[in-house]
Amino acid sequence: MMDDFLFRAVTGGVLLACVCGPFGAFIVWRRMAFFGDMLAHSALLGVALGLLIGVDVRLGMIATCLASALILAIGQRQSRIGSDTVLGMLAHSTLALGMVALAFVQGVAVDIMAYLFGDILAVNVTDIWILAAGGAFAIAVLIWMWRPLLAVTVSPEIAAAESIPVERLRLIFMLLMALVIGMAIKIVGVLLITALLIVPAASARFFARTPEQMAIGAAVFGVASVMAGIALSWHVDTPAGPSIVISAAGLFVLSSIVMMGLRRN
Amino acid sequence: MTAPLIEGRGLTLSYGSERVLDQVSLSIQAGEIMTLIGPNGAGKSTLVKTLLGLQKPDSGDVIRKNGLRIGYVPQKLAIDQVLPMTVKRFLTLTRAAARSACEMVLGQVGAAHVIDAQMSSLSGGESQRVMLARALLLRPELLVLDEPTQGVDVSGQAELYRLIDDIRAELNCAVLMISHDLHLVMAKTDKVVCFNRHVCCSGIPDTVRQHPEYRSLFGVREADAIGIYTHEHDHEHDLSGHVVGDCGHDHSHDHGHSHHHHDHQKQEAETTK
Repeated sequence: MMDDFLFRAVTGGVLLACVCGPFGAFIVWRRMAFFGDMLAHSALLGVALGLLIGVDVRLGMIATCLASALILAIGQRQSRIGSDTVLGMLAHSTLALGMVALAFVQGVAVDIMAYLFGDILAVNVTDIWILAAGGAFAIAVLIWMWRPLLAVTVSPEIAAAESIPVERLRLIFMLLMALVIGMAIKIVGVLLITALLIVPAASARFFARTPEQMAIGAAVFGVASVMAGIALSWHVDTPAGPSIVISAAGLFVLSSIVMMGLRRN
Repeated sequence: MTAPLIEGRGLTLSYGSERVLDQVSLSIQAGEIMTLIGPNGAGKSTLVKTLLGLQKPDSGDVIRKNGLRIGYVPQKLAIDQVLPMTVKRFLTLTRAAARSACEMVLGQVGAAHVIDAQMSSLSGGESQRVMLARALLLRPELLVLDEPTQGVDVSGQAELYRLIDDIRAELNCAVLMISHDLHLVMAKTDKVVCFNRHVCCSGIPDTVRQHPEYRSLFGVREADAIGIYTHEHDHEHDLSGHVVGDCGHDHSHDHGHSHHHHDHQKQEAETTK
């Protein structure tokens, strides 16, 4: 009989990996890995704000991620400062602000490590419901705008010439990403979420011939990484979040070796 | 005359202190083939992007016919290796289509064999053909081509222009094209717009060919190359460099036109390095 907490961990992890697959593919195509990283960093500020104001920390994380995405969307409209610089500034100032704000939280011992590296074994039923509802919403919207968003990714100019609302789609995608990352931090943490987004997508790239194959493949690789990571953590007693990322990286190395073998034949 | 498909009125745009578009007014009628010519850096691509709404002008208006269907073939489309994309999938990028329809349009542009190939593996010529096939699939009222023969060898260029002509004949669409290949283009086009930040002159090929501003922009030898497709002209009379009548605005400022041509060649030599 599987332990309850293990069952919840696997369910949460698998749900998250399924959502992260298609989003990760878009992040890889649109070269937005650093953007994801920045959103994750800002989530720590959400934790502090949540504790200070007295709202649910999960809500705080999602809210700060969404707010950061909006600020960035506005920040990218100007061109005097490069967008990577804007990202870097936002990432580190929100992280610093989060740490400082946490110092003001009275009487609560905040386990920073749990937020930095995630605590999948502590996932509770509410977490799973939030993840299921939020994930279903994010994926539904992504499917709804799949074709035009992909056209924008391939060529914003072709898309715009054919009356696709390029800027609006970009903004919606950024907000969805913020939602996904805000939900994911409880499971894999601030420092590892980007890995869960991009590593499975990168592995799937080896075997995909179309964007859709890569998106689904990324979800499959993600699910496999989560399972392998939790198994590793269970048997060898390693920290779960990092184990998941190590599994994802291992699958990537394995995929590239398999691909090299296939090419040679 | 019916309302134009697309019309630009007094379009002005500056990049920093550099004025790229200067009070440009231009309209394209249904079924018309219009070719924009001009030296490198003349702002031709910028003008097209402004007309398409990809670039906002500082002042001036773009008026589009309601619900205008545009097929846009950009100068070059580099699909990143990180994005797996078969030709078939690319053809349905903005609108779904059956495989049989994709096969048909690819056949029309002579690229049926690449349907399952990856976009990133195509040669320059194949890539342009695939983009034309996609335009065919969209059945646009206006086909916009930004230097459609870039990166295609000389024999391929003539072939591509023939294809564009066939497509136009089939769809009966208007064509707005930017081109450097003066001698290949002029024969087919209804209206040539000679452009260097402003409309220097425009009209049917014959009119433009004789226009002094056109001749000074491209140099006499290049300009005469176009004569191949029509009867010979005696051009001696209009080499003075002064602008005559139909231009509609002041040309008293010194363009240094004779230098444009050399700059243009030099720039091209640099970019091909």
